[in-house]
Amino acid sequence: MVRGTNVYGILRAPRAASTEALVLTAPCTEGPRNNQAVGLLLALAAYFRGQIYWAKDIIFLVNEHDLLGMEAWLEAYHDVNLTEIQSSGPLGRAGAIQAAVSLELSSDVVTSLDVAVEGLNGQLPNLDLVNLFHAFCQKNGLLCTIQGKLPRPDGDSLPAYARSLQTLLLMVLAQASGRPHGDHGLFLRYRIEAVTLRGINSFRQYKYDMTTLGKTLEGMFRKLNNLLERLHQSYFFYLLPSLSRFVSIGLYMPAFGFIILVLILKISFWGAGGPRRGQDPSPPLLPLPKDPHRPHHPLPVISRQESRPGLLALVPPVLICHAAGLALYFLPVLGQRVATQHFPVSEAEAVVLTLIAIYVAGMALPHNTHRWGVTGGSDQGWVTLKLVTLLYLALQLACLALLNFSLGFVLAATMVPAAAAVRPTGPK
Amino acid sequence: GGMAAELLLLLLLLAAGPGPGPGRAQRDALREELLLSPLPAGDVAATFQFRTRWDADLQRGEVSHYRLFPKALGRLVAALGVRELHLALTQGFWRTQAWGQPPLQAPAGAELWVWFQPTVTDVDKAWKELSNILSGIFCASLNFIDSTNTVTPTASFKPLGLANGTDHHLLRYAVLPREVVCTENLTPWKKLLPCGSKAGLAVLLKAERLFHSSYHSQAVHIRPVCRDASCLAVSWELRQTLTVVFDTFASGQGKKDWSLFKMFSRTLTDACPLASQSKVYVDISPKNKEKELLEVSPPPTSVHEAVVQGDKRTYAVYDLLSPLLFNTSRSLNVQLKWQRPQDSSELPTPVLHAQRYVSGYGLQTGEISTLIYNTHPYRAFPVLLLETVPWYLRLYVHTLTIITKGKENKPSYIHYQPAQDRRRPHLLEMLIQLPANSITKITIQFERALLKWTEYTPDPNHGFYVGSSVLSALVPSVIAMKDVDEEQSPLFTSLFPSSDGSSYFVRLYTEPLLVNLPTPDFSMPYNVICLTCTVVAVCYGSFYNLLTRTFHVEEPSRGGLAKRLANIIRKFRGVPPL
Repeated sequence: MVRGTNVYGILRAPRAASTEALVLTAPCTEGPRNNQAVGLLLALAAYFRGQIYWAKDIIFLVNEHDLLGMEAWLEAYHDVNLTEIQSSGPLGRAGAIQAAVSLELSSDVVTSLDVAVEGLNGQLPNLDLVNLFHAFCQKNGLLCTIQGKLPRPDGDSLPAYARSLQTLLLMVLAQASGRPHGDHGLFLRYRIEAVTLRGINSFRQYKYDMTTLGKTLEGMFRKLNNLLERLHQSYFFYLLPSLSRFVSIGLYMPAFGFIILVLILKISFWGAGGPRRGQDPSPPLLPLPKDPHRPHHPLPVISRQESRPGLLALVPPVLICHAAGLALYFLPVLGQRVATQHFPVSEAEAVVLTLIAIYVAGMALPHNTHRWGVTGGSDQGWVTLKLVTLLYLALQLACLALLNFSLGFVLAATMVPAAAAVRPTGPK
Repeated sequence: GGMAAELLLLLLLLAAGPGPGPGRAQRDALREELLLSPLPAGDVAATFQFRTRWDADLQRGEVSHYRLFPKALGRLVAALGVRELHLALTQGFWRTQAWGQPPLQAPAGAELWVWFQPTVTDVDKAWKELSNILSGIFCASLNFIDSTNTVTPTASFKPLGLANGTDHHLLRYAVLPREVVCTENLTPWKKLLPCGSKAGLAVLLKAERLFHSSYHSQAVHIRPVCRDASCLAVSWELRQTLTVVFDTFASGQGKKDWSLFKMFSRTLTDACPLASQSKVYVDISPKNKEKELLEVSPPPTSVHEAVVQGDKRTYAVYDLLSPLLFNTSRSLNVQLKWQRPQDSSELPTPVLHAQRYVSGYGLQTGEISTLIYNTHPYRAFPVLLLETVPWYLRLYVHTLTIITKGKENKPSYIHYQPAQDRRRPHLLEMLIQLPANSITKITIQFERALLKWTEYTPDPNHGFYVGSSVLSALVPSVIAMKDVDEEQSPLFTSLFPSSDGSSYFVRLYTEPLLVNLPTPDFSMPYNVICLTCTVVAVCYGSFYNLLTRTFHVEEPSRGGLAKRLANIIRKFRGVPPL
């Protein structure tokens, strides 16, 4: 059981009716990872208090336990119950939140400022917020990075392209993991545009102090304060090879489409005629009239009759696969509850042990279930199974790419070649 | 004809009675007053009230000689059959929890509520005309008031002046949450004052300093009152109020000492010559009984004690009409100094305050939640809640839940009028009993509608406003309040009629809400038109060609002019032709 406390204050804008708000948050964790951010947050709060130009309330939030505290605050603010977090305490409110910035600083001088955009399940904030950050960094002469990589050198040289590609691949991997890379990731579900800014102190000559950082944040907040509408003009789906360039969904979706096209072509090729040349002795479609010594020639009528029970025989493998998926989804949670009650293991250990148990059982699956399979009969059966499986895979990858493009792309790039090329060999 | 003229003459003579001569118009009197109340945390609230009382009956007979009462409003009341008019323009939100109970609160934006005379036959037509005329007088966009934001409350808005019979079909209420208040609204408001902004308390109303504040609210209230204690005749009263809250940090530069010059960058030099009473009240009530919290200078002409909103309060009074005041210096600059810092135990908790917000996320559904706090330690009292929700948030009344202290609380009176798309908003009025020392949560779920694509405003992603809800309650007071004589007591005690001495009337407003509706991609109509036209053009062209194109052989041409000339020259030369 984890307990924590969030502390926040609201700066009320003069002559505003508390309809809109902005959030500046600094996660407060033990250890040196984020021990300077709260100081900067308080200094900004004291400075913002004396200004007359605020039109939106500003909420300054310090949350404990990183993502847990952030989720608890967001659920309490929006009065929803998505996880089992319970919170209590009097709640001051400031209307609808328009944008949020999360700050992480581990030293009081920084050499560069890193921005993290990937959120929960690969959701991204509006590109305008990233552009805003980049514009203000350039205005204040601050060095800004993304994915921890320096900006690409100018020109069309190979090192420049290599660095862009590296940054892009890092972003794809970060988005595919589905893990929010900063506290901002939890705001995105509520359609609140948010980014995390991290101050990095590395071994460089030129260091920036808190004044520059404060000026950058003040500039960003003033711009967000002046917004008349929620950020919606720029892209919500993009990939960033560097801070000043982006790849929009219209450019990267066709790449994924081509990968799926491989599967579709394979399906249509096999579905139309079946394998023309195969190492397995597949029965010919037309009976050869010159072979009277093989009375049990499968005639085309017979082969067609054989494929029909083949369709029914597809059901067991599909059901078993679905059962394995459901087991992987539900059993770890159930196993955790049962195991912690009866055995002296911690929750994390229980989940890991359950997963290992499921995998071990899964490895024995082909041995146990192949006798129910399709390949006991004809050789045509596995073609039908493969067709159905490829279709299913294509549909699932397409749906997944719509939700989290990077995850869909990574899975497609690894699974499609394997799925398309594989054939069953060995005893049937 | 003749009868009316006789009646008019009789009335004139009666009114002129003890006056200085026959033929004099009806008596009118102006009282002006400024109330300075320091708020917790060092802010200060200044409330101006200008009251013009006219002993004439605007409804009956023609009055043509307007002296102190502004002619624009007088003719409006007479022509449209208005019995009571209340218009408020506010920017900001009164933070009840931090600042205490407001003397008069108004919702953010523009609020207009009007009681019409029973003689008015078409109330909606009169309402529309009235809002358009007021829009012109006050330079505010009140012409946006139409049937989609007008409601007819049944219980929340009782007449504040004289009334015989209250048929609520004569009442109309509308609020525009998106209105802002600026100098264009202040100037016509100041012009309605008898002295304008040239003399008296109104010289302090300079826009440059007034808009450098945390809260600004200006209002106009017109109502009929009893002329005297026997209440045989009717007088008309016009009250113009302006409330402004100055913030320590933004306008005070962090120091908590206030003065008139610091707040308004002006000082008072004299009273309005047309005013019969002109006073400045400063709230110097000691918060705990030991010591004075505030020191005022120059020393006040008198000290007044009153029970206001359930508290015993002490006021330092500066009478601008008394000759003693301007003896030593020509201008009056009231200064407030804090003698000792406030501690948090002195912060007052208002007995009734409320909060409203939208729960849920996404663009499909949501929930409006209202929290009402009753902090009285042992007394329970009922509160009337009025909610007006625009039609595009479709409320589901079967999801209405009221929970107090973990148990369900059934309201004793509910009036619900469902919305009609594009014609009428939702109206929900409830009488809820609040137990002592409790928090009541009222929730109702709604669904967001998709508007037609021409109905969206140019900034649809800003969101759509839901006006503030109104809470009206008779709050029990600890100290018994005596019945006050209206002429002798300060103006700020006599706006709301008190029914008995044990409770006082409070009207509170909650925050307005901003909700996002699902917006379509507005570039799609253009895309669809381009695509369709291209497809139609290409397909139609191809089909037409396929269907109607025929081929025929072409005769070779005989040659042009140049060729014929060349052939003629060749014939002369004897060479074969081309």
